[in-house]
This record gives sequence, C-alpha cells and structure tokens, in this order.
Amino acid sequence: MENEEKEIKMPLLGDKAPDFEAQTSQGSLKLEDFRGSWLVMFSHPADFTPVCTTEFMAFAQLYEEFQKRNCELLGLSVDSTSSHIAWARNIEEKTGVKIPFPIIADGNKEVAMKYGMLHPGQSKTETIRATFLIDPEGVLRLILYYPLTTGRNMQEILRCIDALQTADKHHVATPANWKKGDKVVVPPPLDQESAEARMKEGYECIDWYLCKKELKE
Amino acid sequence: MPCVSPDGSVTESAKRVLLAAVEEKSAEEIAKAAGLPLFRVRGSVRELVDAGLIESRNGTYRTTEQGKVKIV
Repeated sequence: MENEEKEIKMPLLGDKAPDFEAQTSQGSLKLEDFRGSWLVMFSHPADFTPVCTTEFMAFAQLYEEFQKRNCELLGLSVDSTSSHIAWARNIEEKTGVKIPFPIIADGNKEVAMKYGMLHPGQSKTETIRATFLIDPEGVLRLILYYPLTTGRNMQEILRCIDALQTADKHHVATPANWKKGDKVVVPPPLDQESAEARMKEGYECIDWYLCKKELKE
Repeated sequence: MPCVSPDGSVTESAKRVLLAAVEEKSAEEIAKAAGLPLFRVRGSVRELVDAGLIESRNGTYRTTEQGKVKIV
C-alpha cells in the first residue's frame, strides 16, 4: 500500500500566507478579501469546548482593540458552519458576549493543511491552537502554536501587533516584555565607525550594540 | 452561510450591500455606506455577482435590476 500520510506543510515567517477560499459563519471568504488589513487567523480544536469558549469570548471582548489596530479576526476549526453559528449563538445567550468575527468551517481540513494547523502528536482529528498574524500585504509575520490544553493570551497577540506595526513604522526593534509606549531598540551599527559614533548619539546605551530610544509618534 | 440562499432570498447584510450599490461604487465605498467590514463586502459582492444581483465593472459595482428587486 502506498504511503497514505499526507505531507504536513508548515508555513514560515516572511512567506506569503497561503491562499484559500472557505465557507465561514459570515459567508464565503478568500484570504485576499482581507488585503489592506492586518489579520489574526487562528484555529481552535472544536466548538462547544471549554477552553475554546474562553478564547472566543476573550477575542470578542478585545475586538475593538483589534479594530483600532486595523486588524481583523478570523477563526477556524473542522466543525461545520451550522456548528459555528450554534456555538456563537450559545455563547451570546449564556454570557452576553457576541462573536463579531467570521469562523471558517474547514471540514475537509484544506486550510488547516496549508497552514500546518494539524499536529498529529496532539490530535489526529482536531486543529491545535495556531495563531497567524498576517500583514496588509498578505505576508506571514508571526506564528504562535499552543497545545490543546493551554488557552492563548489575547493581550500578548495585541502586544505583538503593536510591536510589528511599531517596527514597520519606525524601523526599530522591540525588547523583551516591550509594550506600547516603552523605549525601543535602535538597530545596531553595522561597521566600526558607526559603532564608535553610536555612543555619542544621545541614545540610552548599555554598550554600542544595545541602545534604546523614546519614540516620537 | 452564503448571502444568497438556494431559494434566491438574500441576507440582511446582502440587502445593505445591494442598497449601497444602487449608485455605482467601489467595494470600499460600499463598505462605508453599508456599515460593513470591507472583507465582508468583498466576499458578498463576489456571491452577488455570481447570482446576477450586482454587476462588476473596472473595480466598481452596481446593483442590477434583478438585484434591486431583492432590496425591498
């Protein structure tokens, strides 16, 4: 018998996000429909499960914060559109939290395969908690994989959007535990002359290769 | 959940798109007029074009006579 195992594709940072056309709880959508916006595309194992419900509520409660950052949300699981609709209605009925973003019904796992959302070591049938941050040009900028048992931190996802948008706008990097308003890292000098000059440029420096500055918005 | 059902009926958001596109508009202009996210308008107009309820011309959209019937 031929090897029946399908190749699992793992997209990489800097790649164009794989195209798709999928049925969602808000109609048929293509990746290209999101061009011009940042997109958080995320998978969850299954509708009507406890950790996933807390994640959806947390995403919904921060929806306005994502919108302020020109960022849309798009969920995905292998459940049907009817299941997604029923689950969203149940969350609203039981908690008062409305799910405002679309959810892909990826029954044939076509999108999940393209994005490497199936990790057989975790589950042979369900998608793991994968999160893809895609920029307005459709490039994959950040990937987070969480196991089935661990709910994501949506504030961390917002922080990552802030960091990437800040890096793009100001051509800087952001240090550990950075949050919006904190000092940013100045790109290190690439030659000896610049390294010697760096210490006199008015930045807050530990040494020539680690200097920070305030951002003027 | 398509915005055009097999029986030919359209969703409320699709009606808003059809109403906004009675005067020829871009997807961005329709999104603003209909109060819908741009991604959703792009998805909806694709379905509405396929159903013959909107016509597409050089990046703009206009509701067809068949589409106007669905608005009411």
